[in-house]
Amino acid sequence: MQEVKNKKIKKDIHLDAPFHVTGKTKYIDDLPELEGTLFAKVFDSSCAHGKLISVDTSKAEELEGVFAILTAKDVPGVNQIGGIIKDEPLLAETDVHFMGQPVALVLAESEEIAHEATALIHAEYEQLEVIVDPKEAYAKGSMLSNSRTFSLGSPDSAFAECAHVFEGKADSGGQEHLYLETQGAYAIPRDQGGILVESSTQGPTAVQRVVAAVLGLEMSKIEVNVNRIGGGFGGKEDQASLWAGLAALGCFVTGRPVKLILERHEDLRMTGKRHPYRSDYKIGLDKDLNIVAFEASFFQNGGGAADLSTAVLERTLFHGTNSYFVPNVRMTAHPCKTHIAPNTAFRGFGGPQGMFVMEAAIHHAARELGVSPWGIQKKNLLRDGNEFSYGQIVENSEANRCWDQAHGDFDFLKMVEEVEEYNHSQSLSKKGLAIMPICFGISFTNTPMNNARALVHVYGDGSVGVSTGAVEMGQGVNTKMVQVAALMFGLPYDRIRLETTNTSRVANTSPSAASATADLNGRALQDACRQILERLVPLAAELLGGADEKQISFSNEMVFLDGNPTELSWDDLVAKALLLRLNMSAKGHYSTPVIHFDKEKEKGHPFAYHVYGTSIFEVTVDCIRGTYDIDSVKIVHDFGSSMNKAVDLGQIEGGLVQGIGWMTLEDLQYDKQGRLRSHTLANYKIPDVYSIPEDIQVKFLNTDHDNLAILRSKAVGEPPLMYGIGAYFALTNAILAFNPNANIPYDAPMTTEKILMALYSA
Amino acid sequence: MIRFILNDRTISVPLQDSAKATLDFIRKERKLKGMKLVCKEGECGACTVLVGDFESGRLVYRSMTSCIMPLANAHGKHLLTIEGLDMEGLTKVQRAMIDQSGTQCGFCTPGFVVSMTGALLTGEEVSMKNMVKAIDGNICRCTGYKSILRACESVADDWNDSVPSIEQLVEAGYLPDYFNTIPAKLEKIKNQSLQSNGLKRAEGIKLGGGTDLYVQKPRQMYTSAPDHMFDKPELNHIELNGNVLSFGASVTMGDLYRSAVFNDALPGNEEFFKLLSSSQIRNMATIGGNLVNASPIGDFTIFLLGLNADIELTDGKSTRRLPLREFYLDYKKMNMRDGEHLTNILIEIPDFSSSYFNFEKVSQRKYLDIASVNSAALIQLQNDKIAECHISIGGVGPTPKYLNKTRDFLLGKILDGNTLTKALDVLQSEISPISDPRGSADYKRLLARQLFLAHCLKINSEILDVSSLITPA
Repeated sequence: MQEVKNKKIKKDIHLDAPFHVTGKTKYIDDLPELEGTLFAKVFDSSCAHGKLISVDTSKAEELEGVFAILTAKDVPGVNQIGGIIKDEPLLAETDVHFMGQPVALVLAESEEIAHEATALIHAEYEQLEVIVDPKEAYAKGSMLSNSRTFSLGSPDSAFAECAHVFEGKADSGGQEHLYLETQGAYAIPRDQGGILVESSTQGPTAVQRVVAAVLGLEMSKIEVNVNRIGGGFGGKEDQASLWAGLAALGCFVTGRPVKLILERHEDLRMTGKRHPYRSDYKIGLDKDLNIVAFEASFFQNGGGAADLSTAVLERTLFHGTNSYFVPNVRMTAHPCKTHIAPNTAFRGFGGPQGMFVMEAAIHHAARELGVSPWGIQKKNLLRDGNEFSYGQIVENSEANRCWDQAHGDFDFLKMVEEVEEYNHSQSLSKKGLAIMPICFGISFTNTPMNNARALVHVYGDGSVGVSTGAVEMGQGVNTKMVQVAALMFGLPYDRIRLETTNTSRVANTSPSAASATADLNGRALQDACRQILERLVPLAAELLGGADEKQISFSNEMVFLDGNPTELSWDDLVAKALLLRLNMSAKGHYSTPVIHFDKEKEKGHPFAYHVYGTSIFEVTVDCIRGTYDIDSVKIVHDFGSSMNKAVDLGQIEGGLVQGIGWMTLEDLQYDKQGRLRSHTLANYKIPDVYSIPEDIQVKFLNTDHDNLAILRSKAVGEPPLMYGIGAYFALTNAILAFNPNANIPYDAPMTTEKILMALYSA
Repeated sequence: MIRFILNDRTISVPLQDSAKATLDFIRKERKLKGMKLVCKEGECGACTVLVGDFESGRLVYRSMTSCIMPLANAHGKHLLTIEGLDMEGLTKVQRAMIDQSGTQCGFCTPGFVVSMTGALLTGEEVSMKNMVKAIDGNICRCTGYKSILRACESVADDWNDSVPSIEQLVEAGYLPDYFNTIPAKLEKIKNQSLQSNGLKRAEGIKLGGGTDLYVQKPRQMYTSAPDHMFDKPELNHIELNGNVLSFGASVTMGDLYRSAVFNDALPGNEEFFKLLSSSQIRNMATIGGNLVNASPIGDFTIFLLGLNADIELTDGKSTRRLPLREFYLDYKKMNMRDGEHLTNILIEIPDFSSSYFNFEKVSQRKYLDIASVNSAALIQLQNDKIAECHISIGGVGPTPKYLNKTRDFLLGKILDGNTLTKALDVLQSEISPISDPRGSADYKRLLARQLFLAHCLKINSEILDVSSLITPA
């Protein structure tokens, strides 16, 4: 195992960084505005659930500088943007299902005029019953789709034989993505009826499909271009399509470029977030603390339209037992329709919500039994040959290796001792510990999405242009793609140009999501590079006087023979190839082998591989004020064989802190009318520089056996978010050190309010 | 005209643009797209600019969030955006951010680079603590900050607690060469008030840093003709006369934070200032603005109420002085007549050999957040008895609250567990919290108890067995 000291890593870098630090990187709002550009503003519903009686735009239309105001009747194609279930109009037609739902689109000569006009629009609604609680929705039959159940073994008979059975509830709150760049799109008319859409999206193809459908055009007429996005985290996987669709509608109707950039408060109000969940659990253990049976009902707060909820729901079931083997399982998940903005993908995609429930159940059992939670956790970690509730058999489990390494390297027993001593000697503050192991499956759980393509051009001067379906959103995928191409051709990074993500160059892409972007696109890119090399190698062999093709390789911009440099440079070889009229471009393709899943039986082998890890949390709670510090988080993470330690460490640290935010600070509040009360950054707090753990240590567990990851460098985007769950339980344990009888419902986030109330509760 | 140096050149802007948001000006009119618009609330720092001016003869820079900064506040100053750091190669701050992978999606990055550069230009020593303080108003959603902190550390290591001069920073590759010409350029444009430049003193709204007005009603502000408070030198003093500390209404929180006069008179308030918003906002927000905003939860208001400060108001003809505790009448209603404005704040410095002063604040996020409840207390003991006390508390009623009844109860009593327990009952009878996004009414009542307890624990850490306060099962 290779240890990386987190301080001062200079070896690997994020190749976009020089442009970011000088402010030269261009996001949509930074693009020069074309002549004639109109500025769009959305008039949205102020009613969370109701019939749309009328929309009066007459006053707004009279305003000087207003170009047009569009409503549902102006949509030339299908007024429908739903990705999985067709239940969401572009613009509301007869009814509204959440506050913030777009009703009309104002197009004006300036942003200021558009804003003024929007305030002059008046809509009337017939108010219908508003539901914001998923359990209430379930009771009233308000559902987005059917419920799903994963099961294994015979839970009913297993519970009957358990020595200990505990039942309870565990709820987790939503989470605002707070990508720093708000949603936006810029639609530009093209010759012959085409439209170019510059979109801040993780899913260019989804945008292309939606824009084409709402305009009644074929997809070939729509070119979607994504230079990069200023953060996504899942929030721009499907939900970018709405704003792109509106901008494109404006462009189509007026024939002018239309720019639509949401203001922050609009983005907060109108877009969906991580799904809040309410859940019931039942856990059964034998006398040796083996978890024998587990049952859970997940009530997902889906919001006013399905969006990606059903897919998110599925992943909750996949990860409902986290890193543990449970032989008898029944988990049912309900996608509940409520009247808040449609909730959507967010890093972890339902997995975190499921894992939280499992961890709550274990904590509950440990508290009742007077044992440590980590005793139960350790005993039940996944081993090779175990079966997941969905039928996949565990291979290459790193659960125990990560756990044991963390225990040893960070001397967990000593931590326990020191915390006990501290708590014994201090009366005004208490410390708490928690361990959070993770196991996360890599692949889109919707098997057909697991494919990608890449386009590679080798130009006459030997430089290389690469296009893939991957969208750079900070996760460093562009850097990884450059690394892949550079390695294939033996070129330095600066000879590889990574192009924008563009549907005219790479079509039918899956969104950059599910942590799988580098794996899928990287392998497609390898395929494209391989095709070009297959044309170049015979030529190189010939130029080297009939050398053995098998002995040819490329490195340092030179052709190598039998591991040694020759006189033949890459550039000369390429120049020669072009003279000989060889094709120096290639389109690569990759589809993940092995995976399959039968949604009827709810069984299969949906994941290419799993990522494992263990984190140890230590916190200190101020028992007077209810405030806290996260003293340390110590992690052993299964990276496979990291291809870029700087980028991968950034994903661990960033994901961890985002997960801690979800579990502690980030408190989405809705009132009974369905209004988001935490609707500004003054009211919704994400971690700042002072809220993060004082000490974060990440150890790279190298698990070098073959896997389906790109260059054996395992997917790293989502898994670390779930480490954050440890913060919740460490805080809980600190509260219990102060007040052993504290009443602490499992109800995340653990805010300062909940901490103080629990500290002094009966 | 408004005149200032934008990056490397002096520019003039018509006076009617004085209330425009600086970020809109630099992005839309100057087409400098490096600074990003993210929140328009001053909450995230992605639009951070540096504003340079002479202070005590030295050119120093203050970071500000340009999204809520009135353009007039750049008048006579050097305004620096990320583009103003362009040079051959990269600056050392930029290099550190690259080397430590302090950037991912990049949207917050220019703001961080500007804030970190600002840490070198404050006239204070470049230490890790000051580097972190410089980015306390910058939000990043990608990195989890650790890599950015590593970049801060490498910068701090370079300067080793020294206070670098501009020449040294240019020499070391932290600033482009043109910075050496800024002092001379600035000399040419300073000392011209907006009024002398032709601005008619408007009857309009009194505008200081804009940190509340530009959040509450940005669009009205952009086109308004405000009365610019920073244009009045008479409101900018900080001075100690005998044992009375007085300062003008347009003194900023940052001015006080850095003021030797203030810190000598009222020592030990480092943590208090850290709890006040962010560096950027402290550099913009005025104390007067905090007071006349009349928020029931204003941190500085509660701080000053706890010190039993006085304020001075003037209508231009006559001036009156009244205790701050008599200023707040009802929600956002003040004892202020038409045409009056706040000029001065006066604090009688307590005798710290017998007095204890403490400020407490609890919010959802520890820093850079609005309090759920905040409180300040000044308690003077003589022969173990409470000779005088002033206790303020915010977030538990329609106004910033001065606890009269609790004070009356405490006067003359020995500060022990018994007195404390009874005082807590009186305190509860004086407050009327409501449930809102900052917490439920029950929570705020509990917090009010705890913060008063915290004040007392600071005086006597064994005043009470805290676990006795746990609700019995």
